Amino acid sequence: MATQEKKGSVWTGINRVRVSDFVIAFIILLLSLTCILPFIHVTAKSVSSNTAVMSKAVYLWPKGFNIEAYISIFKDGQLTHSMIYTIWVTLLFTVIGMAITICAAYPLSIKGLKGRPVFAFILMFTMYFSAGLIPEYLLYKDLGLLNTMWVLVLPLCFAPYNMLIMRSFLSSTIPDSLYEAAKLDGASHFQTLFRIVLPLSKPILATLSLFYAVGRWNAYADAKYYVTTKSLQPLQYLLSNMVLNSGNDAISLAESAAADTTPEVLQAATIMFATIPIIMIYPFVQKYFVKGAMIGAVKG
Amino acid sequence: MQNKAVSRPDLRARKAWVYVKNNWQLYALLMIPIAFVIIFKYAAYPGMRIAFMNYKPAKGYHGSPWVGMETFQKVFKDKSFHTALKNSLIFNFLDLIVGFPVPVILALLLNELRFERYKKVSQTILYLPHFLSWPIIASVMLTLFKPETGLVNVALMNAGIIETGIPFLTEKWHWAVSYLLIGVWQNMGWGSIIYLAAITGIDAELYEAATIDGAGRWRKIWNVTLPCIRGTMVTLLIMNLGRVMGSNFERLDAFGNVQVKDFQYQLAIYIYEKGLAGGNFSRATAVGLFQSLVGLLLVLASDKVAKKLGEDGLL
Repeated sequence: MATQEKKGSVWTGINRVRVSDFVIAFIILLLSLTCILPFIHVTAKSVSSNTAVMSKAVYLWPKGFNIEAYISIFKDGQLTHSMIYTIWVTLLFTVIGMAITICAAYPLSIKGLKGRPVFAFILMFTMYFSAGLIPEYLLYKDLGLLNTMWVLVLPLCFAPYNMLIMRSFLSSTIPDSLYEAAKLDGASHFQTLFRIVLPLSKPILATLSLFYAVGRWNAYADAKYYVTTKSLQPLQYLLSNMVLNSGNDAISLAESAAADTTPEVLQAATIMFATIPIIMIYPFVQKYFVKGAMIGAVKG
Repeated sequence: MQNKAVSRPDLRARKAWVYVKNNWQLYALLMIPIAFVIIFKYAAYPGMRIAFMNYKPAKGYHGSPWVGMETFQKVFKDKSFHTALKNSLIFNFLDLIVGFPVPVILALLLNELRFERYKKVSQTILYLPHFLSWPIIASVMLTLFKPETGLVNVALMNAGIIETGIPFLTEKWHWAVSYLLIGVWQNMGWGSIIYLAAITGIDAELYEAATIDGAGRWRKIWNVTLPCIRGTMVTLLIMNLGRVMGSNFERLDAFGNVQVKDFQYQLAIYIYEKGLAGGNFSRATAVGLFQSLVGLLLVLASDKVAKKLGEDGLL
């Protein structure tokens, strides 16, 4: 390859599209396909007829189009209820989490604030040393949080890592002179926060809100630990109960499903029901995630 | 603002007080997150003492007897703890060995990709698995890899490559490979972002100089790009080494089934099954404490090493 390059002049060497470009593009194509084909397959399965699925004829395109399975999901109501509930919990989680993160990141981004290292240490230490499952379980029991919606909101809704990202965003994008100008104009710290800092940090607010929202939407371990009441369980937990552990939830859904829907199709529809919300918003919000990851990478 | 050598202590205290008074709004803001972590995190720390007790939920903290290190002695003799510890360490190491190079290679490939629009679209697709929950990933994979009806096995059987379905996720050795590869797959796109960011920061003059010196594409990757992102790689590698004690309950739980218990049984599962499901609170707490302590030590050690090597470190 190197000798080939030497023959041409420098500039043609740079701009010429070579075989290796296509090889690279092809590898990337294969990797991308592994990320998208599984979901296309499950989608196809979820809207195919039972006979087609039973005869293993469904690959990437639905055969014998049929949305029976989705209808029975809506009839059953369990998943739809859980979806609405999970959206509500996620919103609450995100709003509270962001408020607390701002309260932490803004003071900690101010240079020369006395006691800053101590406060930062207190806030971050729990990231590296946790009390463990049982002590936390007993604490939430004492706080009366078990089997409530709040156990899914309060314990996790302050993420030190997100605070770090916001803090490094603030200290790198907002110049000190702006703070000084605000101070000279007689602005209090609250006024500076609301009139200057927050309007200037819209991109990071969007990014971190998404981090919080996706984190809450996807998590289910805490629900498994702390919530036994079925109506208070989030969607992902329900999914894991229905499809993975094939517990009682699956049976109840299958019973209410029309008799001609096989478990295969119903499972595929259940998976897609839980996946579609994320896949639908994902392309639009993806760039914010990447920004956040970049900032987190610089100082994480 | 900052003055040197204050002789009298009360003057110093007064200064501090004036400072706090002038900046009380900042401290007031800070109190909210501080209160939060105290109530929901630190308040659980005293509960760790049940590792040294024979805790009975009915008797509570006060009624349960202290037993000293007895629980730990029991734990370290416990066969299932050995299995869990061994599995955790082995799988985390394998995760690291298999999972570490892939994002680097992917970042290099993406960086070399010439077709901009294509690059954007494929990046969006490659990041997707990172945003899906483990139940979704596990159930999709189960649909794909079921021995009888899974797409992959059906396709292989139709092509005449295999006679009977391969139990990708239901036999422990197959499971181990699938579990690791799915982990790599899930994280490769997202993991590449950090390297792409580092590559973007490389001075373009270095590439120009290399081109003038007659370096081809692979030479430039080897002699310019890789050395320039070495710092990022070292930092990430060390940081990941620091996390080798941790285990992801959701990933393990989602991929768990009876046939693969031998390998899937790792510390997070041990703590959950012994503790919350089995009611042996003291033992689960002892294992949790052990895991937290070793984890903390590893993080501190890896941070030290990273700083020794001249990298940023974590803390």
